[in-house]
Amino acid sequence: MVNNTIKQIPVDVNINPENILKVKRKRKKAGLVDWLIVAVCVVLILIYILPFMNIIARSLSSPNALVNNKVLLWPVDLTFDSYVFVFSDANFNRSLYFTAVLTVICTIVSLFMTTLCAFPLTFKNLKGKNIINIFIIITMYFNAGTIPNYLLMKQLNLLDNPLVLILPNCLSVFNMIILRSFFWNIPDSLRESAELDGAGPMTILLRIYIPLSSSVIATLALFYAVGRWNGFSDALMYITNTKYQPIQLKLYQIINNRSSIEVATQEGFSSPAISEGLKAASVMFATVPILVVYPWLQRYFISGITIGAIKE
Amino acid sequence: MSVQKLPMNRMISEKTTKYFMRTWQLYGMLLLPIAFFIIFRYLPMTNIVMAFKNYNMFKGVWESEWAGFVWFNKAFTSKDFWNAFRNTLVLNALDLVIGFPMPILMALLLNELIFRRFKRVTQTIAYLPHFLSWIIITGIAFQILAPRSGIVNIALTRMGFDAIEFLSDPKLWIMTYVMLGLWKEVGWNAIIYLAAITGINPELYESAEIDGAGRFRKIWHVTLPGIRNTIVVLLILSVGRIVGIEFDRPFTLQNTAVMEVADVISTYVYRVGIKGLQFSLTAAVGLFQSVINVIFLLIANELAKRTGEHGIW
Repeated sequence: MVNNTIKQIPVDVNINPENILKVKRKRKKAGLVDWLIVAVCVVLILIYILPFMNIIARSLSSPNALVNNKVLLWPVDLTFDSYVFVFSDANFNRSLYFTAVLTVICTIVSLFMTTLCAFPLTFKNLKGKNIINIFIIITMYFNAGTIPNYLLMKQLNLLDNPLVLILPNCLSVFNMIILRSFFWNIPDSLRESAELDGAGPMTILLRIYIPLSSSVIATLALFYAVGRWNGFSDALMYITNTKYQPIQLKLYQIINNRSSIEVATQEGFSSPAISEGLKAASVMFATVPILVVYPWLQRYFISGITIGAIKE
Repeated sequence: MSVQKLPMNRMISEKTTKYFMRTWQLYGMLLLPIAFFIIFRYLPMTNIVMAFKNYNMFKGVWESEWAGFVWFNKAFTSKDFWNAFRNTLVLNALDLVIGFPMPILMALLLNELIFRRFKRVTQTIAYLPHFLSWIIITGIAFQILAPRSGIVNIALTRMGFDAIEFLSDPKLWIMTYVMLGLWKEVGWNAIIYLAAITGINPELYESAEIDGAGRFRKIWHVTLPGIRNTIVVLLILSVGRIVGIEFDRPFTLQNTAVMEVADVISTYVYRVGIKGLQFSLTAAVGLFQSVINVIFLLIANELAKRTGEHGIW
């Protein structure tokens, strides 16, 4: 392959293998079509960015400017009132705090369960491993359905209990398979030499497997955390107590005018209000945490997908 | 008692004990995950019997009387159910027709970008919406598409066009639904094709160049055939998912003006079952959907395997 590449490169450059990439790039000159492609991509980027700019602008504009349809992509009468109001609303604040705590707990529990499930299944001669595998894979195809699941939560007395937002989804088979594939790539010799030194499975897991796969575990932590932060339907179905409303449910109610934000009026009273600016600010509160972790997410998810796609 | 049996037994039990001594920790670790699968994945399946019973809240699932196929009959004669079923198929079919080819085009487009940093920026931006919840996407959509105050309609009216009712006109709602889905997932779905493209042997491009192939011929004769298998497998798998439908997306986008086209099975089950307390009826609907869904999935997976690539698992 390398030879072929070299043959085609004009001979005026001194070739050593490290230069090939550079040379190749130099050879390609951007033509008209290339600039057309760039133009299409710029349009695409705008389609993605403009809506966000609009929402940010709305969240930072005065109610007057919003009512008069003056706000496009830039804040009009810049004000942080919407953010202040939303953030000082006791219900919204509690919901944010509850979701943050919930997300942390959920991530820890899920990682614990995922590791417990993936590690033993990496041992090739564990008896009953195949049966357990089938037992797990079946659940990927057959789901009991909304109503049977709901009735189960009722039978377990989990309705309106925060545990219902943690336990039923604390182990994702997909994530377990990613972790297991990663464990498989750890050389057996490491494990065998540890076994010779008298280390039990627990020690091997804690001392060898977990430290070696910290990057993939971090990725899974992000997946679980994002999943919980974005989780909506379970809360909608199982939670009625406002104390345990995650942020997405709260946001849904605000967007659909079913919940309001307490706004302090001039006389010192607070009155419930819902304006477009408050809605935009609420959306931003739910979006920002994802934006914050996105750089890390992005660094890992492609590798995560690639690992997941590896055939068993 | 025979004399010979004893040592045999002891040998086996010694071997077993030894094996168990080495591995009991592993089985111990599996206890919690297995308990999880039993309690939260298998136990709810027993509640499927609700579809064949008259659910009585006070008697519970097991004490309620049998009803046979009454609820299935009731569902199949109900206009709302068929409406939801049809909408599910229509929305999924449109998602397939529009949502399936676009990621391929996107991947081809990104692959043709020769400015690497710009390519990375485009990818970063296009992947982001995948990680936002449908509630956030809906929140954004409601604001920018609002009939009078949304930026899109402000722009349209300023340019002298009529405002468009993106969310309350049934036909336009369907379009909005499909377009928002595309907006959210097209970048993410392109990743897998991009990965497949990187797997194509570069020599093929070089020999195509020697044969005088231009950019489009290279795409047509090298890139597309190179990812054909991936395309086929993903197509089969998406067709297999045609009966299943997510909940958050239709639920958050729908409103009373468009229920006729927006009510799908998942939202029907929630509305009539959990809100309307008709558990047995909706359990029957859910079972009907799952059965078709699983059959489709299994067929699709089998077909995908036969194309030479691997299926989901």
